[in-house]
Amino acid sequence: MEITLSVNGVERTSDVEPRRLLVHHLRDDLGLTGTNVGCDTSSCGACTVLLDGESVKSCTILAVQADGHEVTTIEGLAGAAGNGETGALHPVQEAFHAQHGLQCGFCTPGMVMAAVSLLDENPHPTEEDVRLGLEGNLCRCTGYQNIVRAVLAAAGEVRA
Amino acid sequence: MTATETPTTAEGRAFGQRLLRKEDPRLLTGEARFIDDLQIPGALWMGMVRSPYAHARIRGIDVSAALEMPGVRHVFTGADLADAWADPMPCAWPVTEDMKAPAHWPVAKDKACYVGDIVAVVVAEDRYQAADAVDAVVVDYEPLEAVVDIEDAASDRVVVHEELGTNRSYTWTLSPEPEAVERAFAEAAHTVSETYVQQRLIPVAMEPRGVAVVPGVYGGDLTVYSSTQIPHILKVMVAATCGVPEHKVRVVAPAVGGGFGSKLNVYAEELIAVALARRLGVPTRWTETRAENAVATIQGRGQVQRMELAADAEGRVTAVRARITADMGAYLQLVTPGIPLLGAFLYHGVYDVPAYHFECTGVFTNRTPTDAYRGAGRPEATYAIERAMDALAREVGVDPAEIRRRNYIPPDRFPYESVAGLTYDSGDYEPTLDRALELVGYEELRAEQARRRAAGEKKHLGIGISTYVEMCGLAPSRVLASLNYAAGGWEAASVRVLPTGKVQVVSGTTPHGQGHETSWSQIVADRLGIDPADVEVLHSDTAVSPLGMDTYGSRSLPVGGVAVAMATDQVIAKAKAIAAHQLECAEDDLELVDGELRVRGTPARSMTLQAVAFEAFSAHDLPDGMEPNLSAQVSYDPPNFVFPFGTHVAVVEVDEETGRVELRDYAAVDDCGPQVNPMIVEGQLHGGIVQGAAQALWEEAVYDADGNLRNPTLVDYGVPSAAELPSFKLDHTVTPSPTNPLGVKGIGEAGTIGAAPAVINAIVDALSPFGITDIAMPATPERVWAAIRQARSGSAGDGEGAP
Amino acid sequence: MIPAPFDYQRASSVDEAIELLRQHGEDAKLLAGGHSLLPLMKLRLAQPSVLVDIGRIADLSYVSETPADGRVLRIGALTRHHDLATSELVREQVPLLAHVAGRIGDPQVRHRGTIGGSVVHGDPASDLPAALLALRATLVVRGPAGERSIPADEFFTGFLETAIAPDEVLTEIRVPAVPGVGWAFEKFNRRAQDWAIVGVAAVMTDGAGGPGVGLVNMGPQPMRAAGVEEALRAGASLGEAAARADEGTDPPTDLNGSAEYRRHLARVLVRRALETASG
Repeated sequence: MEITLSVNGVERTSDVEPRRLLVHHLRDDLGLTGTNVGCDTSSCGACTVLLDGESVKSCTILAVQADGHEVTTIEGLAGAAGNGETGALHPVQEAFHAQHGLQCGFCTPGMVMAAVSLLDENPHPTEEDVRLGLEGNLCRCTGYQNIVRAVLAAAGEVRA
Repeated sequence: MTATETPTTAEGRAFGQRLLRKEDPRLLTGEARFIDDLQIPGALWMGMVRSPYAHARIRGIDVSAALEMPGVRHVFTGADLADAWADPMPCAWPVTEDMKAPAHWPVAKDKACYVGDIVAVVVAEDRYQAADAVDAVVVDYEPLEAVVDIEDAASDRVVVHEELGTNRSYTWTLSPEPEAVERAFAEAAHTVSETYVQQRLIPVAMEPRGVAVVPGVYGGDLTVYSSTQIPHILKVMVAATCGVPEHKVRVVAPAVGGGFGSKLNVYAEELIAVALARRLGVPTRWTETRAENAVATIQGRGQVQRMELAADAEGRVTAVRARITADMGAYLQLVTPGIPLLGAFLYHGVYDVPAYHFECTGVFTNRTPTDAYRGAGRPEATYAIERAMDALAREVGVDPAEIRRRNYIPPDRFPYESVAGLTYDSGDYEPTLDRALELVGYEELRAEQARRRAAGEKKHLGIGISTYVEMCGLAPSRVLASLNYAAGGWEAASVRVLPTGKVQVVSGTTPHGQGHETSWSQIVADRLGIDPADVEVLHSDTAVSPLGMDTYGSRSLPVGGVAVAMATDQVIAKAKAIAAHQLECAEDDLELVDGELRVRGTPARSMTLQAVAFEAFSAHDLPDGMEPNLSAQVSYDPPNFVFPFGTHVAVVEVDEETGRVELRDYAAVDDCGPQVNPMIVEGQLHGGIVQGAAQALWEEAVYDADGNLRNPTLVDYGVPSAAELPSFKLDHTVTPSPTNPLGVKGIGEAGTIGAAPAVINAIVDALSPFGITDIAMPATPERVWAAIRQARSGSAGDGEGAP
Repeated sequence: MIPAPFDYQRASSVDEAIELLRQHGEDAKLLAGGHSLLPLMKLRLAQPSVLVDIGRIADLSYVSETPADGRVLRIGALTRHHDLATSELVREQVPLLAHVAGRIGDPQVRHRGTIGGSVVHGDPASDLPAALLALRATLVVRGPAGERSIPADEFFTGFLETAIAPDEVLTEIRVPAVPGVGWAFEKFNRRAQDWAIVGVAAVMTDGAGGPGVGLVNMGPQPMRAAGVEEALRAGASLGEAAARADEGTDPPTDLNGSAEYRRHLARVLVRRALETASG
């Protein structure tokens, strides 16, 4: 069926099977490969995007459910630039960079989107709030310590 | 070359800086391309039909329904592909002359030997259609009894490969002086005899594996894109196994989302993709689902360890005897039989032990093959000795820190010739213990523990210590030869200064999160006196980086980074020769400062590196006989392994009513010599520690008696999240290695090597009032609760509670 | 990873949903947040031939209060866990419910999962059913024959089976308000995002029935700790009542725990919950 999503501010109309998962629609149909698939059971969070501004696991949403809604992927986070110039990174992306909150980078887009949503709902989290708030995002490389520092830094409250 | 004392932090020097990573921007924005991101026009998608039985004869395969399905182009069985292979799948380490290994074909022909074994391959136009078609292939299986348990396998009650007549693949022994070992045990004042189980682990790199092969039908070339740690090795193996001329093969590892050893392998799906791409003449690709990953990607660990110590009256260890039975799984993959042997030399750890016996028998089971997983043999060794040392401490009646102090190899004994035949390059263990204990506040914790025990509290505090040494920086090629390992352990680097003064480094390492682009830039920039931003590091594509032995075994810095440094030094030497010629001075009069070659004493007489590079490029006025271009290529074969070390201390709280263990605090003091980028080192330690702690607390691949993996998803396989973990307190010492010019050692696996025994020792410490001396890994709440209950009911507790 | 193919229909009203269910019969499943159903479909453990998407039905996501009939909170079936957890009204009037909703899964799951979807799924391992049993909630369903109210005690009839008919739609959950009443939720799991190995929801209600205690994962369906409640009504101490936590239960033995361990955990967690809820 035909669906129209607003993806990173751009209206995209496509014809999809009802069973098409939103994550596959974003990656394979719309070419937005930043959002990753890390599991089959909605456990890892690598597929996290924002749906109408809230973090969701795009592997557990059908593209048809997102019809008429706004989706923000990692590609939509940095400021637009163009002409081969890089856009300004979102403060959360900057913080992940500054705190070495990524290694292989595969969990990173989902982790960043989850962090953006977390800070949107809780602008001044404690370390415990951050750790619990990222319970749905698995990382195998970093041991989380620098990710937590990054989120706290982005919230403006670095704890040494 | 002699070692140089390089400071870990230096004002204004690139080496030692906490330089933010160059890799980050493309990873943070989704710009990086992982295997599944690659858009390959015309590619067909493979789906794997996998055996649901651990052991079954394949009586017949009906592909007719699958062929009728939308988008399905082909279905291949093992028989269909029998002529696609020049050789069976490779095992690069035949550890003994008489090692028994079955031929391992990418698609099973007559028998499936583990759940996940591929029996047929569908090829369809998109991944959804391939998934549907897989379900439609009908396979007629005759299930056979499966052998799952390691010790049952060793008994040969049920044999996995009839043609071998046994499940025992090999027995490998390291026993320099058996009589000395016997004597030590006979005369011992104290002995320790323990059995430990290293449970199977699923590596769970966050990125599932994938491969895409693009054939040049008329061009004759073949490009393999794979989420692999080993593009160079894979290239050789593709040529050997699929009969493709090696010079026509290009292997590219795109961005790779973690490996931890699980992508250090040659997999059936890669070889099938090559075979089908060639047969069909179209690009052919596959990406694994997580459930496939659990059974189709190698698993880690899988050992039963019998560990014995003999000690004198003061608790000084006089002998170590370690006997291991190791689970190979159904087949020998690339390094399967050798993994336990990577720890073979280290079962006496950091302790000065004069008599030693190690033996390992590898057995086949009807389970997923095992192979390298972070630490690969060394976490197992460290676990055994560090648990045994705590047992010895109990025997002798001293604090676990004290027993270690009595046994550490003293700092003045290095380079240390170990009884196992290794030369530990450098070490100074006791300061790491002192500092780690200080970081957790050991004295105060013991006081708190005593107070709470006296008050009869139901939550129990425990402190666990682990001091490790590990051998990494694989490896001196001659040593690999003596071990029968098929390949070498060198690493290659080329450094070239471009006409505009920027630098390109081509490295044979293949990073997948370790930040080599940043670190190698720092090494080069530091030596040349330029900005790391002016250095570009190329890697992971055999067309761009034709020489290399890839990334695993914590080898990239001590072998690959050293190669980069050596190539840079050769560039400097050549630059000096050119500058001396053009400035008409002696080479010895030149010094390289901030990217400029200056005549000592007359700084006005100078040439920038950029100017020298341009001269080399234009070749208008070079010394007689000198080749143009300012570049150098090095293949560096390390003279020895390197031996990082450290002490980890875990602090736990055990709730006796529920059995829940909480990791309350954790300190790690590690020594990998000078640190190129301390930020990257810390990141490696954080991640490594979590994987070791996860083995102790959460993770286990659970099998039923029929060989089914009961927890193939991340719902039931407990990879921890941030919510389960504390922040770790890290510190470090710097004891350079005398074996390489940078003095550096690897650190990628050290965290994992140190962590599991620290955590389990802490739990046992917490439960010592109950008389509990062991708890199986992972220490699930039920296991802990059952151990306490059993101890209370009077019998010795060993934590073997169900499930 | 990929669901089997299915037909997809959208209902823009409850009546339309009922009609679609009637048309397609047992082969149709309702899709709300999808976080109970889609994971099963992705593993191909469920393969409905028709999905009726009710996610766009207006006015099924709300939390309101009726001062009449003794203060009852009315919650629309499509109310998401996150909205329940952050609702000022729920936090004041039924804090147990807000807390439980806030611990389901993880934040992403809570942004999508609905209370209706969770309840109708009827999984004994889910947290909300246990809380609704403890709170003595009522489920309002509508079908071709009209609307009916089912007490929570009669709603969960078997493993993943509820009293809702195949052509009925759950529209509202009614929960007696218990502002200021002691409550507790003990969710014992190994990782924060995991299902409970055992969970206990307790509310120290004064009125009809006395304290309510619901159990997570202690049997083939969500259940109440009837023995504990009886003991409390009879004036037993918290410890004595907690000792009866596993009465009438039939906990599973699975990867996460044996039946025996679960029985023990239930006793410990009920005692802790009662202690917390009492003061």
